[in-house]
Amino acid sequence: MTTLPTSTTKKLGLVIDLDTCVGCHACVISCKGWNTENYGAPLSDQDPYGENPTGTFLNRVHSYEIQPKEAPAQLIHFPKSCLHCEDAPCVTVCPTGASYKRVEDGIVLVNEQDCIGCGLCAWACPYGAREMDQEEKVMKKCTLCVDRIYNENLPEEDREPACVRTCPAGARHFGDFADPESNVSRLTAERGGMDLMPEMGTKPVNKYLPPRPKDRDRSEDVDILAPFLEPVATETTGFLGWLDKALDAMPGSSKGGKN
Amino acid sequence: MKDQPDLNLSPEVSDEIRKTTCYMCACRCGINVHMKDGKVAYIEGNKDHPVNQGVLCAKGSAGIMQVNAPSRLKAPMKRVGPRGSGEFEEISWEEALTIATDWLAPVRKEDPSKLAFFTGRDQSQSFTSLWAQGFGTPNYAAHGGFCSVNMAAAGIYTMGGAFWEFGQPDWDHTKMFVLFGVAEDHDSNPIKMGIGKIKERGARMVGVNPIRTGYNAVADDWFGITPGTDGLLIMALIHELFKAGKLDLDYLARFTNASCIVNEDPSSDENGLLLRDDEGQPQVIDKNTGHLAPWNGQGVEPDLASTHRAAGVTHRPVFHLMADRFLDPKYAPDEVAEATGISADRIKQLAADMAHVAFDEAIELDRPWTDFRGKKHAKMIGRPVSMHSMRGISAHSNGFQTCRALHTLQIILGAVETPGGMRFKPPYPKPATAHPKPHGKVTPGGALNGPHLGYPHGPEDLMLKEDGSAIRIDKAFTWENPLSAHGMMHMVISNAHAGDPYKIDTLFMYMANMSWNSSMNSTGVMEMLTDTDEDGEYVIPRIIYSDAYSSEMVAFADLILPDTTYLERHDCISLLDRPICEADAVADAIRWPVVEPDRDVRGFQSVLCELGARLNLPGFVNEDGSQKYEDYADYITNHIRRPGIGPLAGWRMGEDGLSDGRGDPNEGQLDSYIKNGGFWHSEVPKEASYYKPFNAAYQKWAVEMGFFDSEQPYIFTPYVEPLRRMQLAAEGHGRVQPPDHLRQQVKDTMDPLPIWYAPLSDERIDTSEFNVHALTQRPMAMYHSWGSQNAWLRQLHGRNPLYVPTKIWEQHSFEEGSWAKVTSPSGVIVVPVMHMAALNENTVWTWNAIGKRKGAWALDEKAPEATEGFLLNHLIHELLPEQADGMRWSNSDPVTGQAAWFDLRVKIEKVAAPTEAQPATPAQKSPVGKGPNSQAWKVGK
Repeated sequence: MTTLPTSTTKKLGLVIDLDTCVGCHACVISCKGWNTENYGAPLSDQDPYGENPTGTFLNRVHSYEIQPKEAPAQLIHFPKSCLHCEDAPCVTVCPTGASYKRVEDGIVLVNEQDCIGCGLCAWACPYGAREMDQEEKVMKKCTLCVDRIYNENLPEEDREPACVRTCPAGARHFGDFADPESNVSRLTAERGGMDLMPEMGTKPVNKYLPPRPKDRDRSEDVDILAPFLEPVATETTGFLGWLDKALDAMPGSSKGGKN
Repeated sequence: MKDQPDLNLSPEVSDEIRKTTCYMCACRCGINVHMKDGKVAYIEGNKDHPVNQGVLCAKGSAGIMQVNAPSRLKAPMKRVGPRGSGEFEEISWEEALTIATDWLAPVRKEDPSKLAFFTGRDQSQSFTSLWAQGFGTPNYAAHGGFCSVNMAAAGIYTMGGAFWEFGQPDWDHTKMFVLFGVAEDHDSNPIKMGIGKIKERGARMVGVNPIRTGYNAVADDWFGITPGTDGLLIMALIHELFKAGKLDLDYLARFTNASCIVNEDPSSDENGLLLRDDEGQPQVIDKNTGHLAPWNGQGVEPDLASTHRAAGVTHRPVFHLMADRFLDPKYAPDEVAEATGISADRIKQLAADMAHVAFDEAIELDRPWTDFRGKKHAKMIGRPVSMHSMRGISAHSNGFQTCRALHTLQIILGAVETPGGMRFKPPYPKPATAHPKPHGKVTPGGALNGPHLGYPHGPEDLMLKEDGSAIRIDKAFTWENPLSAHGMMHMVISNAHAGDPYKIDTLFMYMANMSWNSSMNSTGVMEMLTDTDEDGEYVIPRIIYSDAYSSEMVAFADLILPDTTYLERHDCISLLDRPICEADAVADAIRWPVVEPDRDVRGFQSVLCELGARLNLPGFVNEDGSQKYEDYADYITNHIRRPGIGPLAGWRMGEDGLSDGRGDPNEGQLDSYIKNGGFWHSEVPKEASYYKPFNAAYQKWAVEMGFFDSEQPYIFTPYVEPLRRMQLAAEGHGRVQPPDHLRQQVKDTMDPLPIWYAPLSDERIDTSEFNVHALTQRPMAMYHSWGSQNAWLRQLHGRNPLYVPTKIWEQHSFEEGSWAKVTSPSGVIVVPVMHMAALNENTVWTWNAIGKRKGAWALDEKAPEATEGFLLNHLIHELLPEQADGMRWSNSDPVTGQAAWFDLRVKIEKVAAPTEAQPATPAQKSPVGKGPNSQAWKVGK
């Protein structure tokens, strides 16, 4: 059994905007690339050119359909990686202390030297956010790019997780939730950021911004919009009569002569 | 509690960053390639780059798996087994180039048109076309004809540019963004960035697409339209705006040919053309005088209302004809609701929203500017409604006119080249009149008389022989499809096989998977490529193919010239070609070998430099007959297209040192590009940033930069005279007239104002039997056939079921794991199905180009792409169903020849699951073996 810190100085995490995520998987592959080359064992692939290709990913995008009663169905793209929970069950379940939550910033990591690959943490995680690497037999998970965010070999503007840096739609935001003035805290407050499965009691740090309402019923808008479509004429000839008047009324118009 | 481990929080990231241009799709983003021990360790977006500003999509980040892909070809090869088998023998480059020269030299000497040279997803068309021109064959084009030529040609003819490389929404100012059809495959990162930007500002996004995936999934409002009816919906929107007078009349009068006077004399052979003065300029009525005046006269105030009476005939401005057309009750929302699948109320709401945003939420920028008539404007007025579209609306046989309708909608709102609307990217806008016309004069042993592709302005510009037959093998620029500005690559194999219009000797292709996902009727094309005549010789005698990877097409070539991957080569993304500019900047870019190839492969363009010299092609040899360009890098640096203008615009050598735009070649140019991150860009001056075609400051700057050699302001042309000239010929005027069987089609479809007609195949098949529309969409993480060879990307999109809407799902009692037999008038496939609710109720779809032939791309023959993956291509014929007339009618747009992929109609039945998807094409032998069983690709220590 491993213990969690009673509190962390910072609470680093992600805000993921489900209103903007187009499901392009840019974050998935950027993460795969960075974390194959960097922190710990590379993310391996089994049967990569074969019948059943599988590999280790620290971040995946799932898609769900929603069928509202009175509106067209919707498709929601839902990127999911470790949520760096405050009460992380994956840490407390770890028999060797390999899984831990950092005191200074709250990032949940696996110390691969101590990981025996027992898989208990993946079983304890209600989000399915951990994956056992089949080549190295160690548990892999999102590190929040701990080897980028403080990295003095990177320009300051690049010291953010690879998935955030690459997201084309700007749907991913990184910051400190312990600071109420941070970008992520403000976005969460403004847009009603939500916990994923709060009933699990894990207190996830990452937050999801819900999709804005779509395809709202516009029937009551017809009155408001009506003036914009009030006919100037029903016949072409009437329209051209209107045109003469409309052109006369335009600023700077001088009456055009008939030739 | 155990102590936390000590982490190295600042590990070395890489030894070096090499900045080049991505080629995982056609988007051309800037990338930082991190190198460790001379190997590619990590790829990320370049933050300084104008296209992607640091972001990068899944494909771009997966480039590392493309550079190590086991599918990479290793050496030149000649075929030793039968065509299609994939049996090859590796040979030396000397042998390969000798074979190619021995085949091609006699062809050039006797009849250069016996070579058909088509270059697929080529990004070096200004170079490859020069080579083809030097060879002398009229048979050259890239893949635009089967991609989005409707969009491109409609844009050029209507307003001097369309979307993507031509123009973009004004993301910083727009308040309403309307996206028509699938657009995930072009301009991909900029569109995603733009959507993110407008969402952050709370601007509204509307999606019009039968399928709600990708960008449509995040649209605030979704219109699940019936495929092929986009034009009808747009005509209804224009109808509503006309009816309500919600038009930017000032803009229409000043900046479009709505104010130009049409010759309405029915007895004139120029009936329907614009009235012109002695200098050939179209005329308007000047409000100052009430008299006719040239459209571009200094101080002229064009009038939209007044008419001109002469010799008993009243000649009206175009605007009156537009009113006649668009106020036609057949375009009223109530009339189009059933066909489009969109209720009349929703159509009216959309039109009202556009009107509201354009006119009630108009933008004013305090930026004075002067127009080409010398009129000074204190402000720039914006109509912040922006639109975007690509293949979705264009891949129909009514696509050209649909795209024209879309641009007309933008124009009547005053939302092109104004703040918040659509903005062109230099060197666009560029009207059809500023482009070349097509050329096709063949001289044995000599060069073609000019560039192959261009924009015809009338029947005289068509590529027809004296006997009326086609000059080009693809029949581009004939009466079947007069404005085929990008050629018709999808017809080449079919026509060459049929010997119609003539037989060829050698088919030479680059980067085009024509035996598989890039052809209609893939099974038929494979048969044509392998068919033999009575002497046992192949009907298409010789096939040369260049590709970097072991694609399906490789198996059908006699000679393979293996290309490099994109990180191993020089390229230039040139202003002469398809540049990377943004609305606020002109830009071009290069690729350079950030790693050296570890195989015996060569960049295709460098190979053409040598082959061109061996064939003694003009432009590729020096006066003494020696090779002019050592390789492509040499060409990029030293080629001169016009005085002062070369492939790259940055760091040229001017009179007083380095210069932008114009200048002499500079031996250090590529080094300067590399030092600058692989690109060059120069900002558009602020006073020139909008109203570009009409803006005197922009015109002056465009000449300085070398886009044009003289200022050439123009006005938008909702009324397209070249179309009317074709109609006049069909009505019996002029020397060059269509054959009788095409007269009616030309009259019906070449309307100078936008029209809508049902997809042509609908008339020839029983639509009550084939009552389901079938489409493909583009996964954002895959590019055509390339993604499946990529170990990471194929884990995202390794399967492509047929997605079926709820109504059809329930009608056939489909359940999880069900398979369906899908039948079109020309083919049958049997495929796995999956339910999806967010669809037009009569539309099924699948992902494009996931299905693979066994043995291709170095995949295991049991790969799901090869066993359950499938193509809709088998259901789409390159010809329309045969009619009593016995003619070959191409399944293309009758204006441009664009392949009508999305006109496909099918019927569906539930069937027992077969062992694999049908048709199951037999395996081809892999010339590169198979990929490894596992990998953990870490290159650093």
